[in-house]
Parts: sequence; structure tokens; C-alpha cells
Amino acid sequence: MSYETGSLLGSATGHSNNRVPVNTIYKPKYQQMKILVCVSKTPDTTAKIAFTDNNTKFDSGSVQWIINPNDEYYALVRAIELKEADASTIIHLVTVGAPDADAIIRKALALGGDEAIRVNTESPDSFTIASQIAEVAKQGGYDLIFLGKETIDYNGSSVGGMVAELLDLPYISLATKFELNGAAATVTREIEGGEEVCEVSLPLVVSCNKGMAEQRIPNMRGIMAARTKPLKVVEPVATEALTIIAEFSLPPAKAGVKLVDADNVAELVRLLREEAKVI
Amino acid sequence: MVLIFIDIAEDGNVKKSSLEALTYGAQLAKQLGVEAQGVVLAPATEDLSALGKYGVSKIYQVKNDALKHFDAQVYAKVMAQAVEQSGATVVVFSNNSDGKAVAPRLSARLKAGLVAGAVALPDTSGGFTVKKSVFSGKAFAHVNITTPVKIISLNPNAFKIAEGTGTAEVVELNATVDAPKVKVTAVKKQSGEVPLAEAEIVVSGGRGLKGPENWGILEDLAKALHAGLACSRPVADAHWRPHNEHVGQTGGAIAPNLYIAVGISGAIQHLAGVNRSKVIVVINKDAEAPFFKAADYGIVGDLFEVLPKFTEAVKQLK
Repeated sequence: MSYETGSLLGSATGHSNNRVPVNTIYKPKYQQMKILVCVSKTPDTTAKIAFTDNNTKFDSGSVQWIINPNDEYYALVRAIELKEADASTIIHLVTVGAPDADAIIRKALALGGDEAIRVNTESPDSFTIASQIAEVAKQGGYDLIFLGKETIDYNGSSVGGMVAELLDLPYISLATKFELNGAAATVTREIEGGEEVCEVSLPLVVSCNKGMAEQRIPNMRGIMAARTKPLKVVEPVATEALTIIAEFSLPPAKAGVKLVDADNVAELVRLLREEAKVI
Repeated sequence: MVLIFIDIAEDGNVKKSSLEALTYGAQLAKQLGVEAQGVVLAPATEDLSALGKYGVSKIYQVKNDALKHFDAQVYAKVMAQAVEQSGATVVVFSNNSDGKAVAPRLSARLKAGLVAGAVALPDTSGGFTVKKSVFSGKAFAHVNITTPVKIISLNPNAFKIAEGTGTAEVVELNATVDAPKVKVTAVKKQSGEVPLAEAEIVVSGGRGLKGPENWGILEDLAKALHAGLACSRPVADAHWRPHNEHVGQTGGAIAPNLYIAVGISGAIQHLAGVNRSKVIVVINKDAEAPFFKAADYGIVGDLFEVLPKFTEAVKQLK
């Protein structure tokens, strides 16, 4: 199954079917960039990780929830920077979750963005999340879809690629730099032992990595403004999970540190070679 | 049949993470009583038949200039054809930079369940359950894949490369290849360094080094150990070191055999990026640094005195 990319461009931007080719100096004045930023709620980075119900459920009892840092620091902030460079840019946020995600999405709106969409469902796996986001993207007609490189809880790094495939759009993963030039983008992505610079026309999906932007703290004006920004709740489309989490487990506890005297570094090297066998 | 995606680096060689995926795929095939085969899309300079020593009987090669540079959209479509033509029921990727882009696309395209970040062979006694790292290395999830075709992305450094003997038959795969929409204009390699994601030993520095001008002593140790270099978040945020060296919850996650943390206190967010390391050594002047609780070996002392001695002692070994 594949979707028409045309529907993603949609009528929201009016001119989208006649996008200017890459490397042209012509840029119509009415061009208006629409960005969709996908955000997820994750446990706070210091949260204690424990499980209940025979290790089948995450114990969220005393957990503080935050916006997934990769979505916030890199994807959302970079989108906000693009809007600061061109005020006509529209930013929509999307999250897939139950009503308890609203607090998180308000926090994200306090940083920036024009409105938010929550797809009202708890998704069991990456594919179902991606299916919901792809549907929202088709409805909204976005030029850019940004998301963090992974969530810090499931560490799947899969939703972006799946959304891109469902919409038949190009996908740049692990982007560390993103610059717009008209209807095209120059994106730098991380590869093993280096970086790759590429050029690609919009629309596209980008997973954002450290380097894209830097963390911001919302100011009072942003927090006040976020209270009245639209937060639309939409019902999910029918989709089927491809995977199921059967259970969780914890790594075995460390045996404890073996301290070596600072004046006897040679002993440490001996232990690393003879006991740990790692050098 | 288990089909392994073989990722080729810019220099035409098979990436180390793909050798791990090959070994993993071959062992999984043995467990399932089926054959293991590989697929190569980008132009490779090495003799592909030699990859048989990792346990694959056949290598499919797609020869097309459009595959020279990586475009996940193009690659996923070709991989879908490879799965169809080979009749694969399990596809194995490395969860590296390319795998993270192609595997999810293939999963959505084929409606084939994906577990990204696998750390062990699946349990196939009842169903098909893959153990993966979650909560930034603080726990594992055991995930059932319920679809006929299953996709696994193996975390780098989670599985030991095993070489045997054997030669693979190299056959050309006829596939429709789209023109890439992503145009690669430059590849920047960090020359003379060990790629952090693939490094078996990593030497990492924190604020305790006091400034970027002091990195020489850390680099000396890294060189002696043939190690990759990493740093903590404050170091990257202060621009003492490039962002790609930042390891931790919001930076890179690594799993080397040996992680040596120098002048890093060990905040929980930092540990999240490195706690899959097999052995952790902490050097810190503060005996109360939380990192010692997560360490296997430690030295409480002044890093400016300890590091040169450490480097010297390593050199003595060789």
C-alpha cells in the first residue's frame, strides 16, 4: 500500500503542485512552509526503571513525564528556528497518546508551534504510531515532518522511517544539520565515523540528532500563549500492530567496583588484560 | 531463509557492524534449520564470496549505479524485491546509521514486524521473541514478532563476529531501482580515528579535564589503546569537543568492550548512553562520584597524573 505524495502536499499551500525546482533563485512570496513535529511523552531521564504485572508493564507510579528530549531539543527547536527565519512558517505538533499526554503537548507548545494534534489512542508498537502520524500528515499537507532520532524509552528509531514509507517520501535519519534553500534542503546526517551531506527536495521526513539545535527553556510568554493554542483531539484510524512486548527484564546488577591505587596504574592495566581480558 | 543486509562503507568495504549482523544471521539460520544469505546493494571493493566464512551460502548483489549513494527510499524498495525473490522469512540489519533508515521503511512496506536494537538471538522455542535494549540501556524488552516476515536490527557491538571457513556463491539480483531523490554531495570522514559506534575500546573525557587544550593526554591514551574518543554532554555543549563525540541519553549510545571514563562524574543521563559497555573503568579525583557505582574498575586520583602513567603502562604491554 502506498499513498499519493500529492495528497501530502495537499491544498493547504495552494501552489504545492508547482514546486520550484532545486537550485533556482525563484521563490514565490506566497510560499508558506508547513512543518509537522512529532513529539512523544517519555519518562524523565532520571526516572527509576521498574516493572509491574509480572514484568509486563512499565511501573509509571512515581514517574515524572517529559517531552522526549530528542523530539524537543532537536526536532521542535529546529522547526522553531525555521519559523523565526520565516514568520509565515506554520508548525503543527502531533502526538499519539491518551489524554494524559496533553500536559506534555502544552509544554511543547510553550516552546513554540501554532497548534497541536493528539491522536487519541495508546499505541502498542512503532508501526501503529507511524500509521496514525502518516494519516495526520496526509490530512495536513506538510512540507516537512520532523521527529527526534529515537524516544529515550523504547529506543526504536523506527517511527520516522515508517512514516516516510507510508507516505512514500524521502527520509533522512540522524540529521545533525538542516538548512532550507527554497523548496529543497541541505541535510547532514551521521554515518559511521563521519558525516554525509545531502540535498533533497521537499516534502521529506527528517529524524533529528544532536547538532540540529540546542535545548531551550520556555519563557513565561510562551507558557501563557500555550494555554490558548488549539489542541485538537482526533480519533485513530484502524491499524494493526506488527509486534507485541511480551515482557521486560532488568540487566544483572554490577558486582561492585574494584579500586586500584592511583600510584599503581600498571596494576589496572594488568587487570584489564588478565582478568577482564579487554585489552 | 534468513537474509542479511550487508552495509558497505564509503571506501567499498563491508562495515564491521554488518559482519556482526552476518554472524548473527548465520547463527539464527542454524537455530531455525534454514539457510543464511546476504544481500549487497552498494558497490563493494572486496571479494564478496569470502563473506562465506561468516556462514552465508549465497550473496545477492544488485549492480546499479543508482545504489552507489545511500537513499533509504530507494534501498527499501530494492530490499523488498530481494525479500520477495529470495523467499526470506527473516531479514537482519545492523542497527547502524543506514539500518536505522532502511529497516523501518521495509517493515512498513512489507507489513513485517521489526525489532530495532536487538541484543541477542531470538527465542524461537514458542514463537519469535527478540530481546532488545530499552530505556537507554537500563532494561530489556522481549518483543514478539507476529508477522510472517520478521525484521531484526542488531545493535552494534552486541554480538561477537565469528569467522569459520566457506565461500559464498555470488549471484546477481535483478531489481527495479528508482532514481534516488537524495543527492549525496559530500562525505566527511573523521580521518585517523576509530569510528565511535564501532570502537571496541572508548576513552571518554568530562569536565574534569578542565578545557579542550588538555585533550592531548586523553588522545594519547586512545591512540595507545586504538580506542575511539567520546565525551560527556557538558563538554560537547561547551564546544570543547564536537557533538558527534557526545555519548549519553541525548547523544550517542555505545556498547564497547571497554569504556574508560575520565573526569566524568557519571550523571544518570550519561550512564544511559554507556551502560551497555562490557567493562567500565572510572578515573576521578572525587571518590564520591556516582560513576564508581556503575564501574568495574576505578582509580580515585588526579587524572593529569594518572593518564600519562596509564598510557605508558599500555605501551609497555605492546
